[in-house]
This record gives sequence, C-alpha cells and structure tokens, in this order.
Amino acid sequence: MTTVDLHTLTGAYALHALSDEEREAFERHAADCAACAQEAAELSATAARLGLAVHEAPRPALKVEVMNRIGSVRQEAPRTDPATRTPRSGARTRRLSRWALAACLAAAAGLGGTAVWQHDRAQDAQEQARRAEQRTDELASVLAAPDARSRTAKLADGAIGTVVVSESRDEAVFIASGMQRPPGGKVYQLWFDDRGTMRSAGLMDPGRTTEAVLMDGPVDGATGMGVTVEPAGGSAEPTSDPVAVVEFPA
Amino acid sequence: MKEAVDIGRNPSAEPDLQDLMGSVARGDQQAFASLYDAVSGPVLGIVRRVLRDQAQSEEVAQEVLVEVWRTAARYRSDRGTVINWVLTLAHQRAVDRVRSVEASTAREHRAALLERTPEYDEVIEQVEARLEREQVRRCMRTLTELQRQSVTLAYYRGLTYREVAELLALPLGTVKTRLRDGLIRLRDCLGVTA
Repeated sequence: MTTVDLHTLTGAYALHALSDEEREAFERHAADCAACAQEAAELSATAARLGLAVHEAPRPALKVEVMNRIGSVRQEAPRTDPATRTPRSGARTRRLSRWALAACLAAAAGLGGTAVWQHDRAQDAQEQARRAEQRTDELASVLAAPDARSRTAKLADGAIGTVVVSESRDEAVFIASGMQRPPGGKVYQLWFDDRGTMRSAGLMDPGRTTEAVLMDGPVDGATGMGVTVEPAGGSAEPTSDPVAVVEFPA
Repeated sequence: MKEAVDIGRNPSAEPDLQDLMGSVARGDQQAFASLYDAVSGPVLGIVRRVLRDQAQSEEVAQEVLVEVWRTAARYRSDRGTVINWVLTLAHQRAVDRVRSVEASTAREHRAALLERTPEYDEVIEQVEARLEREQVRRCMRTLTELQRQSVTLAYYRGLTYREVAELLALPLGTVKTRLRDGLIRLRDCLGVTA
C-alpha cells in the first residue's frame, strides 16, 4: 500500500473499520506522519460523538456487578515514557530527543500537528506478547522442575486432563487436550481445591480446546484442582458443577 | 456548507470527569461509581448498536467498564476527553467481539453480511429517532447519501470498509474516501477538536 493510500485510511481507522494488518500498517505510518496522526485523532473524537448519541440506560444490576468486579481487579500502573524511565546519561537522552524532534518536524513540515495516540495498540500488543512469553517460561520451569509430579485423568466427553505440580516452586500446570469448546459467552475456570473450598486459579482460553495453563497463584497445600464452566470473565466462586476434578499427586 | 454547531454537552461536565478519572486512577471506588453513572449509558448504547444482542452487549459493556477501571492510569488528558477515551474503547471492544465471532464462522460470514443488507436504513432510523443529540442528527444530514451510509455501516454496525464496499457494491477506494470525507464533514459540522 502506498503512502497516499495509507493517509486516506484515517477515516476507516477512526471507525475501527480496518483489518488488523491494515491497522498496524496505518499506525506505523502515522508514527512518522504527524498530520495523519492529528487527523486520525480528530476523526476518532468525531466518531466518539456518534457513540455519545446512542445512549441506553443499563439495568441497575449491571452497576452492582461492575462494582463487585472492580473490587478484585488490580489497576495497571501509568505508562511511563521509556526514554525517561531509565535515564542512563543526560547526554544520551538529549541526543535521542533532538533526533526524534527532527524526525517529527520533517514529517509535519508544512502541515503541523502533533502525534496523539490514546490507545496505543501496538504497545499493548507488545506488552501482551511479553507477558505471554513470561508465562510460557514459568510454565516450562514448572514442567521441568526436578520434583514435578503429574497425574492424568479422563474428563467428560473423552477429553484428557493432566496436572503437573512442583512442590519446590509451589506452582501447578493444567494441560487439557480435546476439551469441548465452552458454550458461547462462557469460559472454563480453574480452581485450587483447598480441602473442599475452591480458590480461583484463572481462566482458560475459550478459543482453544487443547492448552497448557499455568494455574494462577500458589498451590499452597491445595489437595487437587477442578474446572467449571463460568460466565465470561470468570466468577468469584464456582457457579456450576465441575466438568473436571483432578487430585494432586501425593 | 460548513456550519459549526454548538456542542450540546454541558461544558462543565468534562473537567468533572477528568477529576473523577484522576481519583479512579488512584484506586477510588467511589469516584469510579460516579464515573460509571456518567459513562455507562453511552457505553451500553454504542455496544448494543454494534452487537444488537442484549446479553452479549451487557457482557461487553461490563468488560469495557472494568477495563476503564483497570487502565485508568493510562488515560492522558492531553490526548482527548474522558468520554472520547471511554467510547473509543467501547466501540473497539464491540467491534473486536463482532470480528472474533465472525472469524470463527467465516463461511457463514458472507451470507450473513448480505442477509443483513436492508438493515442500514433501519439503523439510521433508530439512531435518528433516539438521538438525544440534535446536532449529531443535524450534521448527519449534511453528509451525502453515500457518506452517510458508509459511516453508519462502519460505525454503528461495526463493518470493515471492505465489507461496506461489498455491501454497497462500490470500489474499495471509493468507500475509503467516503468514510474520510464523511467524518471530516461531521468533524467540521460538530466543531470537534482533538
């Protein structure tokens, strides 16, 4: 796609009417094109006005549900500017910013404007990838722990579940194979069994039927684990009978 | 003709929202409750418009509102208003949901797309009938028919511009341009600045 093509995508971008690939191409372009970024920001603000025009009062219970949920959701830290996060040497920082400023001016020449990105999806995606990588590393180190013990159980509908526990790491991994997709709007939620009390250990990816998941939180003496079907987003405690229960290996 | 219409939003509302947002970012649940009261109506409104299904819309609206809580510290007032930030997120999440559902049923997708063709008039009707914001309705009328159809299908129905092109049997380039021209005209008419 040529630069001119990319520039005319500002409208489609603001309306979220691009495919992932096109959106990424546009964002890469806009990072160096202040005029495009400015136009995209203005058109996004315009699109939000279209949203403001369609108001629908939610039922009061929704507020109760949301307020309940935020009680257990950790807030993210503000995003700090990478250039200022680790100020190694003043000279280096100054040189970088002067270079960046020059690039900005070159891109904005004759048009003006500032790059404004409220939802920096590229950065979010990187962050997500980094977290996923970290989890994979952690998962691998549980499986490879010298004291890793496993137990496999047949689950409903011919699916197989294996749980691997490492006492030294105090962590557990659940590996499911051939599970049925959860019904629409539902997810599989994992639980530690603290001698009859269920403690949430995170959610499985609803899009996958075969998956290895590092269970959230320490094993902390749990005697086993269970899987239930819960509404998207998960529940504070199980709201349905377990589809799988596996005792931890002794 | 460009006609700048006064923005109907209470001018004092936004500074309040920004204050609230600051408190929310510091973990103030009471402030979040007030923010919820201010934004939940438009959030559900836009999600519902895109998804249609009541249960799914409530679910996505809830996810959006929790995400607002979770990422409140990422909001930057120098990059736009609070309501703009929240509604952009709400629309994005609604569209994400549409696309993830449709990706899993790619084959039925085209058929479904064509099946729902006649609805755009109805969407415009609904939007116009329920508009609390007279000026959005007025500004929508300043668009050409093609601009209005394209913007409505993309925004209120969550279609990609390729789908809009397919639906209206227009070349891709034409739709791209219509979306941009249409929004620019709306921007000028509404007097939006970013």
